[in-house]
Amino acid sequence: MEIRVLGPGCARCHEVEKRTLDALAQLDVAADVRKVTDFKEIMTYGIPGTPGLVINGKVKCAARIPTVEEIKRWIGEEIGKPSE
Amino acid sequence: MSEKKIFVVLLAAFLAAYFVPFADPAVQNAIAEALLLLQDYARQHVILCLIPAFFIAGAISVFVSQASVIKYFGPQARKLLAYSVASVSGSILAVCSCTVLPLFAGIYTRGAGIGPATAFLYSGPAINVLAIILTAKVLGIRLGVARAVSAVAFSVIIGLLMHLIFRRAPQGAAAQGFVAVPDTRGERPLAKTAAYFGVMVAILVAINWGKSDPSLALWHFIYRVKWLIGGILGLVLAWMLVRWFRKDELRDWTLSTWIFAKQIFPLLFAGVLISGFLLGRPGYEGIIPGRWVEHLVGGNSLGANLFASVAGALMYFATLTEVPILQGLLGSGMGQGPALALLLAGPALSLPSMLVIRQVMGTGRALAYIALVVVMSTIAGMIFGRIAA
Repeated sequence: MEIRVLGPGCARCHEVEKRTLDALAQLDVAADVRKVTDFKEIMTYGIPGTPGLVINGKVKCAARIPTVEEIKRWIGEEIGKPSE
Repeated sequence: MSEKKIFVVLLAAFLAAYFVPFADPAVQNAIAEALLLLQDYARQHVILCLIPAFFIAGAISVFVSQASVIKYFGPQARKLLAYSVASVSGSILAVCSCTVLPLFAGIYTRGAGIGPATAFLYSGPAINVLAIILTAKVLGIRLGVARAVSAVAFSVIIGLLMHLIFRRAPQGAAAQGFVAVPDTRGERPLAKTAAYFGVMVAILVAINWGKSDPSLALWHFIYRVKWLIGGILGLVLAWMLVRWFRKDELRDWTLSTWIFAKQIFPLLFAGVLISGFLLGRPGYEGIIPGRWVEHLVGGNSLGANLFASVAGALMYFATLTEVPILQGLLGSGMGQGPALALLLAGPALSLPSMLVIRQVMGTGRALAYIALVVVMSTIAGMIFGRIAA
């Protein structure tokens, strides 16, 4: 599973990354989690605002900090699917 | 931090400790001024102004849906709406200053185009809610209002001018619109959200109500009962929180407030110390002699306003740090006009942000934007300087 946290590096994006790692730990799921800070690359995802959360190439959340529960649900939706 | 950075920091600290003439009375005075200014801020502005403002900023970032505002900037959006929303939305969308550039890039390439994109690019840092509040509190209500009004007006004007100047040029990639991200959270009725924000802003204004001339009966009356008003509004707010908000929402709000405080407090701290060291408290001198400041940016000449504009455009201001720096400059002899010019050009631009803007729009358009900001800030400064005299 491929997870990307989109954001230019401020505290809100860190929080999203932290919650994502939390969610993964709670579900005992492994994933390749990376921050995308280059804003030209962030632009390619077309999100209406940072921070953004992308799982397996699909934008699950943008422009706000999701709860750990929401992240767990999205991870659950993508378990077993290949990275796109 | 990388090893190289650690080395540079240690080297810089050592060089400073070795070479700075701490025995020189001027330096000692400047250091004292830095600490005294910091104490002024801690005593006068933190509890009543900054902390409530952080809560408001936290609330904006949690309870106002960015995505629902962004849809006004889509490629099919009605232009009039796009510009009006762009000019004020900076306060909503850019409470975290780091979102401005990516968002601008997105609107420029995928959304409504160069006009609304540059309108937003300007309004984001310029109409920062925290900054306007602190400006009004520290630098006076006139400058605060002038800043807010000019910022909104500028973003519309700059956006429209950029659109007009470049309308015949190809816009680059076809506007594709933003990705639609489903938002599964519950919606709160707009009226409730508005009331909630209204009460918080009212509390902030009430508890910061300044003493005024006793002859202005209403103003003075409000000042005498400001704590009563604040208290009553506080109870109203508590009622709203209990009835309209879930526990997890309140937790998110507190966390968001904390994130802002963590991020901005140290920067403001540093900004106040630097300003105190360089310029001293109002009425006192820092390391920079007052007559230099007066000579460069005193009065209301074209030169003073232009210098303030250009210097502001090049300098980088971390969120809110423009306020103590301006306080120091005003105290050292800067004119009201150049002060406004600096406020309008400073937070909106910096050398690093200019490079990024150039990357997104290309050199020609970036230069046009920068020129517009500098020229308009200069003009606004001169007008305000005349009014304020």
